[in-house]
Formats: sequence, C-alpha cells, structure tokens
Amino acid sequence: MDKNKDRQFLVSVSPHVRSEETTARIMWSVSAALLPAAAMGAYFFGPKAVITISISIIVAVLTEYLYQKGMKKKNTIGDGSALLTGLLLGLNLPASVPFYIPLVGAVVAILITKLIFGGLGYNIFNPALVGRAFLLMSFPKLMTIWTQPTAAFVKIDAVTTATPLGILKEEGIQKLLETFGGSFNMYMQMLSGNRAGSIGETSAIALLAGAAFLFYKRYITWHVPFSFLGSAALMAWIFGGKGAFFTGDPLLHMLSGGMLLGSFFMATDYVTSPAVKKGQILFGAGCGFLTMLIRLKGGYPEGVMFAILIMNCLTPMIDRGFRTKVFGSAKGAAR
Amino acid sequence: MTLGTFRGGVHPPDKKELSKDKAIAACSSPARVVVPLSQHIGAPCKPVVEIGQAVKKGEVIGAAEGFVSAPVHSSVSGKVAAIGEFLSATGRMVQSVVIENDMQEEWAALKDNPDYEKLSSEELKEKIKQAGIVGMGGAAFPAHVKLSPPKEKPIDAVILNGAECEPYLTADYRIMIERAPDVIAGLKVLMKMLGVSRGYIGIEDNKPDAVEIIKKAAESDSAIEIIALEVKYPQGAEKMLIKSVTGREVPPRGLPMDAGVVVHNIGTAVAVYEAVRYGKPLVERVVTITGESIKEPKNLLVKVGTLISDVVEECGGLASDTAKVISGGPMMGFALSSLEVPVTKGTSGVLAIPEQPIIHYEHFGPCIRCGRCIDVCPMGLMPSMLSVLSEKGLYEEAKEYKLFDCFECGSCTYVCPSKRPIVQFIRLAKSLVKP
Ligand code: SF4
Ligand code: SF4
Repeated sequence: MDKNKDRQFLVSVSPHVRSEETTARIMWSVSAALLPAAAMGAYFFGPKAVITISISIIVAVLTEYLYQKGMKKKNTIGDGSALLTGLLLGLNLPASVPFYIPLVGAVVAILITKLIFGGLGYNIFNPALVGRAFLLMSFPKLMTIWTQPTAAFVKIDAVTTATPLGILKEEGIQKLLETFGGSFNMYMQMLSGNRAGSIGETSAIALLAGAAFLFYKRYITWHVPFSFLGSAALMAWIFGGKGAFFTGDPLLHMLSGGMLLGSFFMATDYVTSPAVKKGQILFGAGCGFLTMLIRLKGGYPEGVMFAILIMNCLTPMIDRGFRTKVFGSAKGAAR
Repeated sequence: MTLGTFRGGVHPPDKKELSKDKAIAACSSPARVVVPLSQHIGAPCKPVVEIGQAVKKGEVIGAAEGFVSAPVHSSVSGKVAAIGEFLSATGRMVQSVVIENDMQEEWAALKDNPDYEKLSSEELKEKIKQAGIVGMGGAAFPAHVKLSPPKEKPIDAVILNGAECEPYLTADYRIMIERAPDVIAGLKVLMKMLGVSRGYIGIEDNKPDAVEIIKKAAESDSAIEIIALEVKYPQGAEKMLIKSVTGREVPPRGLPMDAGVVVHNIGTAVAVYEAVRYGKPLVERVVTITGESIKEPKNLLVKVGTLISDVVEECGGLASDTAKVISGGPMMGFALSSLEVPVTKGTSGVLAIPEQPIIHYEHFGPCIRCGRCIDVCPMGLMPSMLSVLSEKGLYEEAKEYKLFDCFECGSCTYVCPSKRPIVQFIRLAKSLVKP
C-alpha cells in the first residue's frame, strides 16, 4: 500500500523502554566512590600503597580477561566488576606487602571465587575478601606487618607498628590513648586516616564521603551498613569495656579496623548479600555481631572480613527465609 | 493534599508533552476497514454478514457468542469485501470482516434518548451489551460482564481509571479535558447499573488541569470523588488503582469485585454514555499516535478497523529512523511486525520509537542480585528469582515464587541494570507450566 509495507520493524517483548542504569555504571561508580579512600591511603602510606593497589587491579582485570579468552567466553571486563574487586583487595592490604601478595590475592579473588563459580552474579563469597582471607592464612606474617603512616611521600624508612585494634587487644585502651596522646587526638587521627592499618581502611572521612555519594546515587541503601554498624556499636558499648558492662567505646570501634570500609563497601555487595530488605537487615546485624565477637573474644584483633564471609555463606538461607509478600496477601487485605 | 499510591512502581520519562496539547481530531475515513471479530477477551464473534452485502455504519457484523463476548459493528457504511483471517496487532491471525467504505457515513440506527436516566439498570445493561462495549484500556474485557457481578460479591463503588500511567499516551487525558461532562455522565450510568452510591475517578497528579476540569464537572454530585494519584507506573493497573483510591487490596489472583469495586476506563465511560444516550455502538475510539519517530504526533478519533498504516500516514508518516512500532504503551504494548494491522476497540496508542533508546534483548547480563526489581514490583514478587529460574528451565520452581501473580507490567525489566528480559522469561515460564 505504501512505503512502510516492506519495512522491517523490531519485534520484542514489552517493556519497550528501559532505565539508563547499567551494571557497568554501578560498578564504575562504586570504584569512583573508593577513590578518596585510595587517595588518602596513598597520602599516608606513600608510593608503596599506590603500587600495591595497582598490581591488585591490573592482575584482577588481566585474570578475568585471560580466563575468558582461554575459555572462549564473552569478555566482561567492561562491566567494571573485576576492577572493583582488584581495587577493594588492594585497599584491604597493608601497604608494606611485597608485590606477589596482591598478585596472588587478585588471582584467588577473581579466578577461584568468581570465575569458577560462573562469573559475576554466581559467586557466593565476596571475591576481594576471599582473596584477603587466603593471603592472611597463607602469609600471616607479611599480612600483619603494619607501617606507621608517614607524611606523604617523604623518603624515610618505614617504621613498623601495630594497628589501633592490635594495641587495644594486646595492651588495652590506656596504651592506645598514650600512643595517640589523648582521646581527642586519637579520634582526629582516625577520622583523617593517620593511623596504621590497611591502605584504604584508615581514613574515616574519605570513606564516609564515598559512602555519601553511593547513598546519593541510591546504589546502596541504609539496610546493610546501618544494621552492621548499629549492632557492632551496641556490642562494643555493652561488652567492649574493661570489667563492667555498658562501658565500651563504640566510636573507637566504628573508626578502627575495616569497619567503615567493610560495612559501606563490602557487605553491601549486591551479589553476596540478601536481595530482600528485611534479609539485608538481618545480614548486616549478623556482620556487626560477628565482627565484635571476633574483635572482643576471638584470636584476631580484627573481625570484619571473617564476619562478612560467614554472613555471605548464610545469604542463600536468609534469601529463602525472607521472601516478599505478594500484594493483597496481607491479613485483612481485601477490606 | 495526600496523593493516592501503592508500594513499588517506576518512573519512566513520561514523554506526554509530544501529544498532550493536541486536541482530539477525527481521523479521515479510510478506503476500507478490517474489523476483527475477536477484539475482546472471551469467545470470538460469529460473522452475520456475507461478502457483497451492503452494511451501514453501526450495523452488527459479528454476533456475540456466549456471555463473555461482545458484538462487533461496522465502523463505516459500505460493502463487505472479504471475510477471512487477517493479521492482528498481537501477531495472531484473527477472523475479520473487510468492508469497502462508500464514504457515505450512513448510520444504521441512532436515536437520541435524553431520558436515558429513567431506564432501569437491566435496560441500561442491555444497551451496553448491544453496543459491544469492552474495556478500552487494552485488556478489552466485555463491559457488561464486569457490570454483572455475582450476588455473593457485593459492590459498593465504581472507579474510573484516569491514571493513564503508560508513558507517551494522552488519549484519556484529552477525553477528560474535552469531554468531562460525558465522562461524568458515563460514570453515573455505571454507578446506577451496579446500584452503588460511590464513584471515584483516579487521575495522576501530572495532569492537574484534568483533575480541575473533572472536579468542576462533578461538582454538583457529592457521590463522585476525584482522587489525585502519585505519578508512578503502573498506577493505572487495576489492583494498584484500587489500592491507591480506596486503600483496599485485591487478594492474589482475585478480581476487583473481591474488593467490592468495579474499575472502568475513561474511554469506556464515554462509550457507555454514548450507548445509553444515543444507542451508539463502539465503532470508533481515541488513539494517541506518538513517539519520537512519528512526524506529527496526534490524538485521533479513529474508526475501529482502520489500518495502523493509514493512521500513521495521517500523522505525517514514520521518520526514517523508526526501529519499533508499538500498539499500546511502551511498558505493556505489543511491538508490531507490520503496520497492516487494524486499530481495535482496545488500541490506546500507536507508538513509533527510534533505534537509539532500544535495548536489544540478546544483550543482557547475569542477575547481580541488586534487588531493584524486587523493590519496584507492585505485586510484591521476586522477579529476579523468576527470571533466573526460568532461564535455568526450572519452571515448576518458579511457581513457588508466585509466577502467576505477575501481570507483566514490566517495571522489573525497566529497572534491571543487567537489562535482563525478565518479562520475557516470565512469559516463557507461564507458557510451559500450568497455574
Ligand atoms: S514481576 Fe511481573 S508484576 Fe512484578 S514488576 Fe515484573 S512484570 Fe510487573
Ligand atoms: S534488577 Fe536485574 S540484576 Fe537486579 S536483582 Fe533484579 S534481575 Fe537481578
């Protein structure tokens, strides 16, 4: 009848419009949100920190690329998730580690934890954390040598020291206050990141800025991080004191170790945390509880990593237990 | 003012500005119409005309078969040229009557009955049935069936759906603005037939002028209440609309009557009014022809059976970048393989969109379990699980995740950052297992 007669049109199932959000955009944004923390790490721990993070990222991305090339699978490094894993792993390492530490960690994280399970979306455990846990168990010495932060890139020999949590565990709160010279000083240094620890975990300010960005973009919601921090704070307050209950210092525990990095950036990983909001609250609370249990009673000064990994493995169960309610099925719904 | 709302939903760009200021205009009468004998949910009609027979506009050409059915009328005057299987917008072949238009526009029987308000509920219902009125929002359920609820389901309110939550579409909006008194009159007829004393019109808050105009038209009638609704897709889905307007929830797999209400479309209300007042059967409807690839978007009064190619020509034709043509809205409409399909009683819009914003379904990634689809599903389902189970072929397991409670609104698919064709997976699973 007319010129449109022989035209070909695309036929596919509705809906015919889609939101602009993509997996890649989310992954790149989370990586961007970690940049302030990475920059502060570089500032306090020097070029060594930059090298460690770089190796971790490069090896993570390369591992995924080579695996997929070798297995003749679709290349997915563009989705940004390998880069994010590499970055997270790097931020979770002490600055002083030799080059093969991030290298081995990244291979374990990407190859064993993610790709072998079927790639993004199919992994049970947070890849970066598995990488770190593997390193901690295989190289316990190297993974617990912490260097004193030095004012940016000044060439001096690294001084080894203990992390605040390490001091707290071994020598108590008095010693910790002495080290920092009073409690005000201690909190200030912890906020800025001028303390011993993993490269990306020390600067509370930088981490909170990144987290604020993720909240603003709605890439994370309050459910996991706030229940995580809330339950940890509660535990710290009740059981964290010397002798009496309800005398602990929750703020100290929030600012030390990997608490902020873990609760805002690792426990919130979509793939390895529950998908339903109620389940996320339970998941977060479990993370906080286990973290403090390990910190206060366990053999390690820090418990964030193991806490999240344990909760990762409970996630499928939580997901089964917390299904959503179908519209109209609530009691007395009809009228 | 608090806005009526429900849990979940999405906010796609509404794109209504393309056509919202275009007053309803009559589409020129086509040289021939292809009138499908099955335009509604339920039994197809039986043809009651023969090839070569002369028919008038409004004459019955397909008789209803059974209760859940609606007769089909000729939308033009002329001669029956063919009866046979023709392609429909859904992609199926449907028995249709082709009528050669003699352009005389000669009506079969139209009679003004200004005293229609005196008719009994049964008489009114009979007129609706004779007029072949069906839901005009898309599902096309015969109106008289909805108006005959079983006794054990008491109804106490009628809701008119003025949400028009599908992006792009503006037909109902234009009707509300241009024909507010007829909308109200239609609603009153519906209320009378059901013997209820409450009537609501739910209108999304992005059409404040429509809210005002309709409010004005209903001013003198205290039984009718206009409810402004939050702008959110799928605000116009029956269950969501009922929740937003009355606070009641229709139970899973239930019908609106299980919550004591009957929902009708804005266009349907006008058709009801015209049927009882003038005896006019449903032979034409307002259709929004729009989209970035339509040269001159319009709201047209189109005769049922007019080919979409004719309607598109009336709007300046398709731009060369057209990639997809959709019958209905972008969230739930059907993509057309050919424009040689007729407008039916349920066609609310024709949409042409360019290549650029289209997501090709084969480019989708794994579920990253972000939970977005769960947050937006208005039915409270877990679309992520449904899509993953269907993808793996675990269709029976999908039933445990309430597969059949999904009404394919597309919200989940709209938000999925992995661009997973969730609705497609759901349909596949539905087609392979029994409810
Ligand atoms: S699962 Fe069904 S009802 Fe829920 S959002 Fe997706 S299409 Fe809509
Ligand atoms: S929105 Fe897509 S990626 Fe996110 S949980 Fe749902 S299906 Fe998975």
